[in-house]
Amino acid sequence: MRAAIHVAGLLGLMLSSGQALAAYQMNLSPGVTSFSQGAYDIHTMVLWICVVIGAVVFGAMIYSIFAHRKSKGAVSAEFHDNTAIEIIWTIIPFLILIAMAIPATKVLLAMEDTSNSDMSIKVTGYQWKWHYDYLGEDINFFSNISTPDAANLSTNASVKKDDTYLLDVDNRMVIPVNTKVRLLFTANDVIHAWWVPAFGVKKDAIPGYINESWIDVPEPGIYRGKCAELCGKNHGFMPIVVEAKSKEDYAAWVSSQKTAAAEAAASAEKTWTKAELMSHGEKVYATNCGACHQANGEGLPNVFPGLKGSAIAVGDIAKHIDVVVNGVSGTAMAAYGPQLNDADLAAVITYERNAWGNDTGDVVQPADIKAAR
Amino acid sequence: MSAVIEEHHDHHDHKPSGIGRWLFSTNHKDIGTMYLWFSFVMFFIGGAMALVIRAELFQPGLQLVEPEFFNQMTTLHGLIMVFGVIMPGFVGLANWMVPMMIGAPDMALPRMNNWSFWLLPGAFGILIASLIMSLMGMGSAPNFGWTFYAPLSTTYGPASTDYFIFSVHLMGISSIMGAINIIATIMNMRAPGMSYMKMPIFVWTWFITAYLLIAVMPVLAGVVTMMLMDRNFGTSFFNAAGGGDPVMFQHVFWFFGHPEVYIMILPAFGVVSQIVPTFARKKIFGYSSMVYATASIAFLSFIVWAHHMFTTGMPVAGELFFMYATMLIAIPTGVKVFNWVSTMWRGSMTFETPMLFAIGFIFLFTIGGFTGLMMCIAPADFQYHDTYFIVAHFHYVLATGAAFSIMAAVYFWIPKWTGNMYDEKLGKLHFWLTAIGGNILFFPMHFVGLAGMPRRIPDYSLQFAEFNAMATVGAFIFGFSQLIFLYNVIKTARGGEKATDQVWEGADGLEWTLPSPAPFHSFTTPPTLK
Amino acid sequence: MFVVVGMFGFGFAMVPIYDVFCDITGINGKTGGKVTLAENLQVDTSRVIEVEFIASLNESMPWEFKPRQHSIKVHPGEPTRIAYVAINKTDKPIIGQAVPSVSPGRAAEYFQKTECFCFTEQKLEAGEEKEMPVIFVVDPELPDDVSQLALSYTFFIKPSGASNNTASLVNNSNQEI
Repeated sequence: MRAAIHVAGLLGLMLSSGQALAAYQMNLSPGVTSFSQGAYDIHTMVLWICVVIGAVVFGAMIYSIFAHRKSKGAVSAEFHDNTAIEIIWTIIPFLILIAMAIPATKVLLAMEDTSNSDMSIKVTGYQWKWHYDYLGEDINFFSNISTPDAANLSTNASVKKDDTYLLDVDNRMVIPVNTKVRLLFTANDVIHAWWVPAFGVKKDAIPGYINESWIDVPEPGIYRGKCAELCGKNHGFMPIVVEAKSKEDYAAWVSSQKTAAAEAAASAEKTWTKAELMSHGEKVYATNCGACHQANGEGLPNVFPGLKGSAIAVGDIAKHIDVVVNGVSGTAMAAYGPQLNDADLAAVITYERNAWGNDTGDVVQPADIKAAR
Repeated sequence: MSAVIEEHHDHHDHKPSGIGRWLFSTNHKDIGTMYLWFSFVMFFIGGAMALVIRAELFQPGLQLVEPEFFNQMTTLHGLIMVFGVIMPGFVGLANWMVPMMIGAPDMALPRMNNWSFWLLPGAFGILIASLIMSLMGMGSAPNFGWTFYAPLSTTYGPASTDYFIFSVHLMGISSIMGAINIIATIMNMRAPGMSYMKMPIFVWTWFITAYLLIAVMPVLAGVVTMMLMDRNFGTSFFNAAGGGDPVMFQHVFWFFGHPEVYIMILPAFGVVSQIVPTFARKKIFGYSSMVYATASIAFLSFIVWAHHMFTTGMPVAGELFFMYATMLIAIPTGVKVFNWVSTMWRGSMTFETPMLFAIGFIFLFTIGGFTGLMMCIAPADFQYHDTYFIVAHFHYVLATGAAFSIMAAVYFWIPKWTGNMYDEKLGKLHFWLTAIGGNILFFPMHFVGLAGMPRRIPDYSLQFAEFNAMATVGAFIFGFSQLIFLYNVIKTARGGEKATDQVWEGADGLEWTLPSPAPFHSFTTPPTLK
Repeated sequence: MFVVVGMFGFGFAMVPIYDVFCDITGINGKTGGKVTLAENLQVDTSRVIEVEFIASLNESMPWEFKPRQHSIKVHPGEPTRIAYVAINKTDKPIIGQAVPSVSPGRAAEYFQKTECFCFTEQKLEAGEEKEMPVIFVVDPELPDDVSQLALSYTFFIKPSGASNNTASLVNNSNQEI
C-alpha cells in the first residue's frame, strides 16, 4: 500500500510541469536564472538516483515479504554475515556519492561568482517588511504586504483570497532584465531570509552583517517570494515581489521614482486638512500599525497595548509623537521615524488621536513632526 | 532449578506500594514504566498541538488562532516531541531492557536514575505552565521555534523565555545523568561471558547514544546559558552591537542539534535490529558491520552540523566540506538498511504488530533518508531550506521513523513487562491507520515545500491549499488512531492472554529467559551465558 | 562527569575559538585580523577593485548615517581614505557603536582598515553632525576573481552610560513607557 502511494507520488513528480503558482504543483520549478536551473538539475539527478535505489531496496523487501513468509512454508536460512558483500555495498554507494558530488560542486562554485555586477541593491529585512535601497541611485522604499489585514484573526476574513493572496506588496523591487544585479542582504532587528524560488536565491538577512548574492533575470515578468526564516508574529506575512522590466521600462521607472520622491518631500511642506490626514493616516495605520495594534485599535492584551482610549493616544501630543518616532526601547514598538516620512507620521498620529472614539480633535502637521525629530 | 529460584524470589519480591513506590523508586523497571507513561502523555499533548496547527492550516486564511499563538504552538510542539516524547521514550526502553539484556540486576546508579526521571515532569511543568499563562492572556509562551535562534529568542523573546531556559537545563541534566548511568551499567555490569561483541544491538546503540548525549547536551546547556546571560546580564554573545554574532548561535546550537537527531534515531535502529531477527527467525545479518556502522554514524554526526546553515552566507569551502561530510553519513546508514533487508531475506517471517511497525520503519525512515540526501546537496538546499520539504523530511525520520520504533518496541516487549499479550487485532488496526494516516499527512508536505511554501507560517497562498487540506485529513487520522494504542496498552496492563517466557517464537536473548512478567528484581545472581 | 564538565566548557570555549578561527580565515566578513603596515605593500596598478559603501542603522537608532560616496575604485596596496557622515537629529546625546561587515566573506581578510570609526564607540551630541573616516588598504593578495567588495557598517545604539563594547542592545526588563 505504502509502495503504491510512493510510486504514484514519484510518477506525479515526473509528470508535473512545474509551473509556478499552479495548484497541485509537486516538483521544484526550473525558474529563470542559472541558479534556479542549476538547483533544479541537480535536484532532479539526485531524486532519480534515490528513486532507483529505492526501487531496488523496496523491491527486494516487498519480494521478501511475500516469498519468505512462514505461512508459505519458508524455512529460515542460516547465513548471518558476509564480509565481501558488506564491502561491496559500502563501496558502491560511495562511488554513487562521488558521482553526485561532482556536479553538485560545479553548480555551487558557479553560484559564488559575484564579480562584475552592473548594479547593487541593498535588501534589509524588518519586522515585518522588506526595504530596498538602490545603491548609487538614491532610490529607497519599504515593501509591505498589500493586505495587512490578512495577519490578524479578526480581520483576515475580509481579505480577498485570490491568486496573489499573501504574495503581493505595495512597492515592488524593480530591476532591469539581462543585468547582473548584486543583492546585499542585512536586517534591522532579527534574522530574516529573502527567497524567490524562481531565482533560486535564498539568503539569510542577519542584523549587523551583510550577505550577498546575485541575479540576472532574462525575461520580464513578476516573480514572487516569501520570507524564509522565522522572524516573529508576521513571518508569514512579508512577501517579496520582484518585477523585471525591459531596460527602457526600467529607466522610466527610475525617473518616476525620483519624481515621486520629490513630490513626497513637497507634501511635507504643505498644510494638510484634518480629513486628508485622517484618510491618509488610516492607510498608513493599516500598513504599519494594524499588525500589532489591530484595525480596531484594541491591541492584544498583555502583548500589544491598545490605542483605543489609551493614555498616549489621548494625552500629551509631544509624548505620542515621541513614542511613534523613537519607539520604546526594550519592547516590540519599533521607531518609525527612520521608516516613515513626515507626512505619513503626521497622518497616522492624527488618525490614532481621532479614531475609535478617541476624538481628541487634535491635528498634527508634517511640520510638527519635522520639528520634533 | 530456575522454578525453585523463582518461587523463592516471589516470596521475597517485596514491591513497595502506594505513591512512595513511584516517587522514591530505584527500580529500573518502575522507572522505565514512568518514563514510558510520561512519554505517552506528552505524545498526546504534543499531538494536540499538532492538530491545532493542522486545523489552522486546513484552509488558506486564518480561522482559528492568531499568528502569535500559532508560533507558540509550533515551538512547543517541537520541544515536546523532541525532548518530551522521543527522548524519554527511548530512555524508558533503555531502563527496562538494558539491565535485563546484559544480565544485570538493575542500573549502576539507581538513585540517580530516579532523579533523572523526576526532573522531567518538573521541566515540562514549567513549559506547559507558560502555555497556560499564555492562554490566560498573561504574555506569550516561547514562540521562536524549537531551534530558538538569536536574536529572536534573546533580544526579542517573551518573558517566558527565561523559564524556557531553566526548563532546558533541567531536561539536559536529566539526559546527562541518564547517559552516565547507561554507560556505567553497560561497562561494568555485563554478565560473565558477555563480551562487548556479544551484546544485543539495542544495547550497543544505547551505549553509543549515551556517549553522544554526554558530549552534546552540555553544549546545549552552554548555548542556553549564553542566551540567559545576553538577556539578563548584559553580555553580547549573539548581539552584533556588542561584538557578538547571531550566526555563532546557530553554530553552537547545531553542534548540539545534529548529534541530537542521531541521539533520537540510534536507539530506533537498535529496536529494529532486535525485532526483525525475531520475526524473521534468523540472526541479524552482519552483526559487527551493524556495530561499526552505528559508531561511524555517531562519529560523523559531529562534523556535519552546518548543513543546517547553508543559507547563512558561509564561504564556499565551508559549504563544500559540510556537503561532502553529510553525504558520507548516507553510507553507514545505507549499510544498516541493507543489513536489515538481508536479515529478512530467506527468513521465515510472520507479521505480528511489532514486525509491521519495524518494516514500516525501514520503508518510511528510508524515504526520510532519501530526502536527507537531497538536502545535503547545498545548491539544491537553497530551495529546500526552511520549507515544508524539510518538515516532511524530519517527520518521516522522526514520526514514521523513531516514533514507529517506540511503538514497535512497546508491542514487542509489553508481554514481558506485563505478562499479558496485547490484542493483536487492535494492534494491526493501529498500525495500518497510523501508517496510512501518517503518509497522507506527511507525503504532501514534500510537494508544497518544493512548490514554494515556507515553514512556520500560519497561513499560505492559494496554490498550496489542496495538499495542505490532504495533510490535515491525514493528521486527524494519524492523531486519533493513537487512542487505539492507548486503549490497547491499558487493556494489556490490566489483563489478557497470558504470555510465555519466550513470548515470540524467534526471540533470543537473556531477557527472554526471564518469566513474563519479569520479576521486580531479576538477575540478582548473574546468569551464565551459553 | 569530566566529559560533561569538559563539554559544557567547550560550549563556552567556542566563543573565543570562533573569534580566533574567523580572524585567521576571514570567514564571516570580519576584517582587521592581520594588521600589516601600509608602507610595506606594493601598489598593484594592474588591478582595479571597486569598493561599495553601505550604511545601515539598527532598530531604533535615530541617526542619519550615509557614506560620503557610494563607491570608489582603488588599486590593491594603495591606502585610501573615505568617510561616512552621521547626524544625530534628536535632542539628546546618543552613543553609537558601528559594526563592520565585508562581503564577499572570503575577501574580508584582505581588507585592512588602519583607521576606522568602528574601532571605538561614537558619541554625538544633540543635533551634531560628524564625519566618520576610514582608512583602508586592499591587500594585493586578494584572490584574482574578486573585483568588487562591499564594506558595510551598521550603527547600533548604546544605552546611555554604558561602557564600551559590553552592553547589550536592549534589556528586556527595561520598560520605559
